[in-house]
Amino acid sequence: MPNSLTLAPKTFRILLLLFLTLPFLSACGFNTIPTREEQAKAAWSEVLNQYQRRADLIPNLVETVKGYASHEREVLESVVEARAKATQVQVSPEMLTDPEAFRAFQESQAQLTGALSRLLAVVENYPDLKANQNFLALQAQLEGTENRIAVARRGYIEAVRLYNTSLRTLPSLLWAKFWFTDAQPMQSFTISEENMQLPKVDFGNGG
Amino acid sequence: MAASLRGSLHLAGRGIFAWVCAGLLLLAVSALAAELPALTGRVVDNAGLLDSQTEAALTEKLAGFETKSSDQIVVATIQSLDGEVIEPYANRLFRAWGLGHAGEDNGVLLLVALNDRRMRIEVGYGLEGTLTDLHAKLIIENTMVPAFRAGDYARGITGAVDDIVTVLEGNAAELEARARRTAEENAEPIWPVVLFFIVWSTIFFGGFAFAFLPQLLGHRTGRNKYRWLGMDFDYTSRGGSSGSSGWSSGSSSGGFSGGGGSSGGGGASGSW
Repeated sequence: MPNSLTLAPKTFRILLLLFLTLPFLSACGFNTIPTREEQAKAAWSEVLNQYQRRADLIPNLVETVKGYASHEREVLESVVEARAKATQVQVSPEMLTDPEAFRAFQESQAQLTGALSRLLAVVENYPDLKANQNFLALQAQLEGTENRIAVARRGYIEAVRLYNTSLRTLPSLLWAKFWFTDAQPMQSFTISEENMQLPKVDFGNGG
Repeated sequence: MAASLRGSLHLAGRGIFAWVCAGLLLLAVSALAAELPALTGRVVDNAGLLDSQTEAALTEKLAGFETKSSDQIVVATIQSLDGEVIEPYANRLFRAWGLGHAGEDNGVLLLVALNDRRMRIEVGYGLEGTLTDLHAKLIIENTMVPAFRAGDYARGITGAVDDIVTVLEGNAAELEARARRTAEENAEPIWPVVLFFIVWSTIFFGGFAFAFLPQLLGHRTGRNKYRWLGMDFDYTSRGGSSGSSGWSSGSSSGGFSGGGGSSGGGGASGSW
């Protein structure tokens, strides 16, 4: 009887303590990891969105170029092929912690970028095509999309930097260790090997 | 033991070295990113391409357009990009200035970099559908580039601003809807004011009420003592103190500032 009497205030006190301290957990960085994770995922969705926009523009572009420069088959085919490959590789936000999947995505998109820039370089030889209104429109949209991709990538890199930092710094580090044990650092964009080298300028009469 | 200690020291040294390297890299990057100019008005002519008359006319036109449509158009000219590419610079500048209204993101930045011979029309998220990349490209290629090549910067910039306004006005229904939405957003919401007044008047007039209502409505229990609503009030003179407290509310000055809009890289660039 005295036992239960002493226990009741004790449990009450513990409950009260919990009630009082729980709101302060948010100030201890408890929310930091989930918040930043969601921000990084949202930033990634924006990156995917912009890459998708680029992929959507390409069929029209290829058709327009074909009308003027049908014998540039090699370049056109490489674009179509690279697009097909790039649209196959999709990295969902849940897979962002997988370095292999991320690298595959990045490479496929880099190949498409390369193929597209070759196509746009070839187009320089066709003044009629360059004057075509439809082509001008597509080119402007493509340039705009490339720039939006760059902005979205910057946003993602920054969001991932914040998230990964919160996994490795106090106090959120403690929450990552003891509570969000499945939180993994996310992958970020790196500049590819071929982009690191200086662009080659070829003045030879490439046949 | 000594070897392992030396090893760890060596490792620590490498760590510090890496950090110093990273720091230097960071410095280099921040040095590479050119300093952003201040938003001094709707026309920030740091490269000095416009005479004061054109600048005043432009400012007036842009202010007029903002009151009508709530869209913020800002013209900026800079001397040099300091090696940066114009697209990221324009995006950085747009976001730093926060052009357009928050949530609506209806800003447009017309940027000219004189020494780099580059120009860009950066369009906020909210206007991407109206002022498309193609519109921006056409304005640059057809209006700005010919005038700039002729050395007539004022004509190129004024013409481009006129074109941008025309395009934004083109979709009249959307323009009105946007202006209305922003106006609603900016309008002082009425009910917090009402609530504040009620609370404030309760406190303020409540004190007044207790000062004289018991004398009128309560019944007297003694000299200067009244009983009202079950409470006793004593009005023996306590030497009233009256203090005046005042506060002044600073109102914002008439300077121009961005409304917190953002851009995701819409628009087009060109060179002359």
